Amino acid sequence: MSTVLEYILMIAIVLFVLTTVAAWLIWLERRMLAVWQNRCGPNRAGPFGLLIVVADTIKLFFKEDWIPPFADKTIFVIAPAIVAATVLMSFVVIPYAPGILIADLNVGLLFFLAMSSIGVYSIVLGGWASNNKYSLLGALRGAAQMISYEVFMGLSLMGIVMISGSFRLTDIVLAQKDCWFIITQPVAFVVFMIAGIAETHRLPFDIPEAESELVAGFHSEYSGMKFGMFFIGEYLGITLISAMVVTLFFGGWLGPGFLPPLIWFILKTFVFILFFILLRASLPRPRYDQLMEYGWKILLPVALLNLLITGGILLMMNK
Amino acid sequence: MDIIFYITAFVTLVSTLMVITRHNPVHALLYLVISLLSLSVIFFLLGAPFAAMLEIIIYAGAIMVLFIFVIMLLNLGKETEIQEKEWLRPKVWIGPAILSVILFAELFYLISSPTTSYLIEQTVDAKTVAISLFRPYLIGVELAAMLLMAGVVGAAHIGQHKKTTLHRFLQEEETR
Repeated sequence: MSTVLEYILMIAIVLFVLTTVAAWLIWLERRMLAVWQNRCGPNRAGPFGLLIVVADTIKLFFKEDWIPPFADKTIFVIAPAIVAATVLMSFVVIPYAPGILIADLNVGLLFFLAMSSIGVYSIVLGGWASNNKYSLLGALRGAAQMISYEVFMGLSLMGIVMISGSFRLTDIVLAQKDCWFIITQPVAFVVFMIAGIAETHRLPFDIPEAESELVAGFHSEYSGMKFGMFFIGEYLGITLISAMVVTLFFGGWLGPGFLPPLIWFILKTFVFILFFILLRASLPRPRYDQLMEYGWKILLPVALLNLLITGGILLMMNK
Repeated sequence: MDIIFYITAFVTLVSTLMVITRHNPVHALLYLVISLLSLSVIFFLLGAPFAAMLEIIIYAGAIMVLFIFVIMLLNLGKETEIQEKEWLRPKVWIGPAILSVILFAELFYLISSPTTSYLIEQTVDAKTVAISLFRPYLIGVELAAMLLMAGVVGAAHIGQHKKTTLHRFLQEEETR
């Protein structure tokens, strides 16, 4: 019985930490964007403007939660829940530190890929249920973008699976004891990072939203806390991809002994979250067809070649 | 474990039934997605986690999204719903019902006969799947690959179109 309680406690802690982190990321993003663009940024509410998150949340909760009369009501309500649920489910398999993880699945990596592929539904359904031209266009773009970039994401990770010989994320981290996978698999890292940005549909790949052409894309019709779910889902997605990059390429919790493993994991994750924000501050958005062309004509061959070469070298070393 | 299996099986059956009876195509497809997800849970319970994950990634995550993508593009509205209602009259149910009853009877017979064992106690992991795919069933994998290649070539052929020049002066030059 105590193990069940421990489990539930663990899940509750992870959920609480993640949602809090995702909320404060809003502040972090605005503040860092301001720093990089030579502005002040939010600095009024509380010390360093930290309380802007609280103000934002209160505002979101008190806004009118409006469902358009022309929308498909059930699906309109379900769509924002899907994104938050699938991203949070993915955190189940991430090993934060030795002993601090929820489920050590032997198909952990595949579970992460499966959850991210289910996440597409939130965009597609949200856009379709809004019954609005801009939303539908955003949904179509989102579906095409996320389905194609999932392919490269999966392919880029297979090299790591070949080297570590397991889909279990703990084994993958332990396989990096001598040498992080960023050194042996640099190409896979680049492909995974780009695919990760496309999967979270963050700038520069926020083509499903593209506010300069599509109003707000798939969530044009959403207001109040339903919009808030999409918003939080996006920040949770950034955290997830950063955590996955750290686990897969940067040795997870491994690091010099003067800091505990959990702190190493959190530090590395924050570096990548900051990298995501820096991307937003510095890069323009490509055109939709450029994005698809780039994916299928460059990333796919590169990922396949990486797979082929990794396999060849592994075979040679075994002999 | 048994009770989890029966709950998932119930969800699968109900959602599959809903797929057939919904009038709105997108709602029907969503029930199909739920049915596929619960099927993958059943795979997981039967000791095939690799197959379960692939079921989600390929069927629920890719193929069904493409289905919904196409239906969204077709923009089927109220008319299809009315059409579906017209088609789903009670008379239509007779044929499929008879076929299903035959299948159910067969299934009942197979399960009730004591010699068959339908639960495998050993877990089928990724390695076992890979070994069986590339040793005894290699020819099947290669045939599937050829079939997919044919599909890709066909799609490339259909998608190919002549380069059109939109400027009228350039067009005139070409016709000359």
